[in-house]
Amino acid sequence: MKQKNETLLEIHDLSVSFRMYDGGLEQKELQVISDLHLTVRPGEIVAVAGSSGSGKSLLASAILGILPSNATVRGHLHYKGQQLTPEIQSRLRGREIALVPQSVAFLDPLMKVGKQVDGHKKPYPTEKRRGLFKRFALPEKTESLYPFQLSGGMARRVLVSTALISDAELIIADEPTPGMSLDQALEALQMFREMADAGKAVILITHDIDLAFEFADRVAVFYAGTTVETAPAADFRKGADALRHPYSKALWRALPQNGFQPIDGFQPYAGELPKGCLFAPRCPHATEECRCQIPPIRETGDGEVRCFHAS
Amino acid sequence: MKKLNRRTKVLLLTILMTVILIAFYAFAVLIPESAVASSFLNAKLPPSWEHPFGTDALGRDLLMRTFKGMAVSMTVGIVASGISAVLAVFIGIAAATGSKRVDAVISWIIDLVMGIPHTVLIILISFALGRGLKGLLVGVAATHWCSLARLIRGEVLQLRSQQYVAVSRRLGKSSGWILVHHLLPHLVPQFFVGLVLMFPHAILHEASISFLGYGLPPEQPAIGIILAESMKYISAGMWWPAVFPGLTLVLIVLLVDRLGDNLRMVIDPYNAQE
Amino acid sequence: MKGTFGRLSRTFLSYGVRILSLLLAVSIISFVLVSASPIDPVQQYILGLGTAVSPEQRAEIEEYWGVNEPPVERYFTWLGELLKGNLGESALYRRPVADIISERFANSLALMFCAWLLAGVIGFALGCIMGIYQNQWPDKLIKKICYLLSSVPTFWLGLVFLLVFAVILKWFPIGFSSPIGILSEDVSIWQRLYHLALPAFTLSLMSFANIALHTRQKLIDVLNSEYVLFARARGEGKWTILRRHGLRNIMLPALTLQFASFAELFGGSVMAENVFSYPGLGSAVAAAGLNSDVPLLLGVTLFSALFVCVGNMIANLLYGVVDPQIREVSR
Repeated sequence: MKQKNETLLEIHDLSVSFRMYDGGLEQKELQVISDLHLTVRPGEIVAVAGSSGSGKSLLASAILGILPSNATVRGHLHYKGQQLTPEIQSRLRGREIALVPQSVAFLDPLMKVGKQVDGHKKPYPTEKRRGLFKRFALPEKTESLYPFQLSGGMARRVLVSTALISDAELIIADEPTPGMSLDQALEALQMFREMADAGKAVILITHDIDLAFEFADRVAVFYAGTTVETAPAADFRKGADALRHPYSKALWRALPQNGFQPIDGFQPYAGELPKGCLFAPRCPHATEECRCQIPPIRETGDGEVRCFHAS
Repeated sequence: MKKLNRRTKVLLLTILMTVILIAFYAFAVLIPESAVASSFLNAKLPPSWEHPFGTDALGRDLLMRTFKGMAVSMTVGIVASGISAVLAVFIGIAAATGSKRVDAVISWIIDLVMGIPHTVLIILISFALGRGLKGLLVGVAATHWCSLARLIRGEVLQLRSQQYVAVSRRLGKSSGWILVHHLLPHLVPQFFVGLVLMFPHAILHEASISFLGYGLPPEQPAIGIILAESMKYISAGMWWPAVFPGLTLVLIVLLVDRLGDNLRMVIDPYNAQE
Repeated sequence: MKGTFGRLSRTFLSYGVRILSLLLAVSIISFVLVSASPIDPVQQYILGLGTAVSPEQRAEIEEYWGVNEPPVERYFTWLGELLKGNLGESALYRRPVADIISERFANSLALMFCAWLLAGVIGFALGCIMGIYQNQWPDKLIKKICYLLSSVPTFWLGLVFLLVFAVILKWFPIGFSSPIGILSEDVSIWQRLYHLALPAFTLSLMSFANIALHTRQKLIDVLNSEYVLFARARGEGKWTILRRHGLRNIMLPALTLQFASFAELFGGSVMAENVFSYPGLGSAVAAAGLNSDVPLLLGVTLFSALFVCVGNMIANLLYGVVDPQIREVSR
């Protein structure tokens, strides 16, 4: 395993909150991501896995700097050792950091696919795009189709092409697999594997933990807007005992092939986060300390964990 | 002031606007004929303290005449939009609850009414009824119900598909019972908001058509007639008979329009965000 | 390909039937309305002659007009003549109604087209600005202007413009589509435009608010879409997004709305033409109603309904022609 190259993207204590109007004039801060840690190195796939509603997709928007205007971002985002400011983000968007969106709904319904993949920057990389299409076995006439005419498989390859055409070094794939058959999902993930092997860094945002630890190098477990544990994917393949955080263990046990044990309780809603450890209300090992204080992130073995009691 | 929440503020504003409108209307209606008597000594006077809007070619005070004219126009507007709104409710309910054929016929009629420019249709109806007040009223009423009828039709269709209406039906309640207990409470606010929102359009149409010379006789000065008369003197540089009555008309229409919007916010806060 | 042709001809056929049924209904309704009028058109006609008429002559006129026939019969006679292209003779202008309509429609069309184009362009541009600066001051300001203008009657705005630009500033003439005293063939296009400018501007001011507010809403919908989020993620800026995705996605709805607003356009032109004494269909219909010129009134009503129908038809067809989703699916 490639270890400890220089990091490409480093996220420290990232918090994202939204100003909301709560009935009339009452303003309310809604924290959707809190104290998030994540590091990504070139040549690896980092899966960000968690159940839906945990704020995963907003992470992508935060990195790209395209959150809605009522959002506030706190914490540190470093790209190649440089603090990410809105100006730098706007320069990097579509050049060095590329997003692979979820579905064909992210393509302009009235623009032909070819023009759309080319993007807005002149000179248009039309030749390069044709090469990519050929590599992905997309028929030549694909470029003159409209998005709604693409089949599911074609759409996925087209969406990946939009990222590859840019020479981006960091690729963020937001839920690329839902709604796909297993074969399709495997094919999609294989593409990301190839990108990573070509030296790019890939952040794979997914709620499909199963697929995540098959293809990723490391898995960051996301819970209620924060990463509770980052572990080598190998640990997930080994089993619950190799994992550090009680939530990761529970998540593993909840998988159908591992016993299908559901976790009691619900993920807290963004407006009603508990005071201490976010998982404390549902945690079997929670102590008084967990309920009052947010545990710091700690390095254990090959991973990081945010728990007082992790070993 | 900060302590008041938005709803209270809107409510107070609505009440204030209503009071202003009613006061204006009552004042205008109560103006005696003598206040607009012609006096050749005072003909064509520009605005002054004595005659804030000036006087017209016959020496009548334009302020009083404008107010009286506004009252006439407002009366026509209120009655016409009232008729129109009632018509819209009946037609809307009929379209939503009647058979498919009834719905199709109504939609065809709406297409028909929308298919003739309203100004032309009102001219035609006004002509059919021998020009004059009746023609104007029927003309304005006949052309303003379409969009409210469509709205009510949609509302009824949506309500009918709601769970509790289905349950009532299952429980064997009659259509009439459902209409009174479930549909009307939702439709009454729609009706009033629709009525108030229709009102400014009705006044504007009334003013336009009476400007063209239809409708009321010149002795009964609807606002459109005052403005039509002002046209004769405009090339001679008499600006006040055109400007002030028109401004009054615009102000009243604006006031009614805002009132409608506010009323909608009070009655139906969730659909009035925009 | 045969399928496309079949579908297209079916579409046209159903539109044709619809238009014909609407026009037929308009003809019946307007005929019923003018027949119901207590105003005696023969009397008005005779008054218009300005000479004394003997009872025999009057009876002759009544015979010619068919006033004493039952209304249904009269309707069919009228309809029969209508289908032959004969709309009757105008009592007011003493000329065939068809001639008057064709001549005046040319004038009205020039006026309405200029206003339509101006309103469309201004409205669309302002709508785009409002959408881009949503809830910032340019948006709020333009929105206020739009709401204000919808409370101002066309004819009064025309009066004020007439007062300011024609009477006080003397930039524009007070009325008529061409200078008085010059034969219509000798009027140059510039003189025509010069006389057209003020009424067209007035008319366009009355209709741009609608298109602007509509465009604003459509653009906001587009800007909140997922594909614009993705475009931003790919580094497209505000104006690039407007150019690449905004215009593409809001142009068609705006154009459709513009074509669907022919009824308001015609109604507005009636008012504008009367204020500016512009010799178009609008001033003709108002005069026809006032002077009980029944043939002209009926003719213009039918014609205006046809005009609105054509606009609606174009609006409906546009969706099929320009939107690839519909175009491609039907292929």
